[in-house]
Amino acid sequence: MSSTVRPLSPHLQVYRWQIQMVTSILHRATGIVLALGSLLVAAALVALASGPEAWAKVVALATSWYGLIVLVGWTWCLAYHWLNGIRHLLQDAGLGYSIERFVANSWISVIGSLVLTAIVWFVIYAHGGLA
Amino acid sequence: MSHFDRYRQPLKNARGLGSAKDGVHHFIVQRVTAVALLFLSVYFLVFVVGLIGVDYASARAAVAHPCNAVLLIAFLIASIWHGELGLQVIIEDYVHTPGLALTSRLVIKFVCVLVALASILAVVRIALGA
Repeated sequence: MSSTVRPLSPHLQVYRWQIQMVTSILHRATGIVLALGSLLVAAALVALASGPEAWAKVVALATSWYGLIVLVGWTWCLAYHWLNGIRHLLQDAGLGYSIERFVANSWISVIGSLVLTAIVWFVIYAHGGLA
Repeated sequence: MSHFDRYRQPLKNARGLGSAKDGVHHFIVQRVTAVALLFLSVYFLVFVVGLIGVDYASARAAVAHPCNAVLLIAFLIASIWHGELGLQVIIEDYVHTPGLALTSRLVIKFVCVLVALASILAVVRIALGA
């Protein structure tokens, strides 16, 4: 018999990068980040229920410079997963599958998520920022 | 063909053989929670942005408001459930060792349930003024 170490299926490294695979990979990556974010949501709610000292720590973390980086990144993950999630629901309904439209709505997810993130943080800073 | 096979559909032999060991229930729950989260995640984002800069008592009062408490718990259930289903798919796709796949799925499920219970209890405690 021939060797059992034979190619099984094409893997990521044999493909040229294209927007369709970027949107798919990003959907999973942002999903993982958002799942981890649920831990932070739970921690913040438990802190709020525990008392003012615990809540003050949450506020201190959220208003620090690294807290700001986490919150902006988190906002983009939510914006991307939300927009691309709508795209996936429309695909479940059989819409947007022609190659041109598939590429076009992939770009809508990527660029739209950056626009949504910018809008959210523009509103936050227009109302005085995090402090 | 045995005596009983005359009454069995071929479907019986195909059921449960997919990587998820069950049918479309997972797919449907993932989509139903997704549609719920289209609305609940926007609500949650607006709620959290509204909390920026408020003091401790006001933050508690906002969570304690019945409308917010109900919507927050709905958001927590939908988002953690949706996340657990999504992480399960990632395990099924990339973890090919049955023992490791089962262990990681169990760990994820247990952590998700504990996170859901802890965060919901926190909202209930705040809402009831405990």
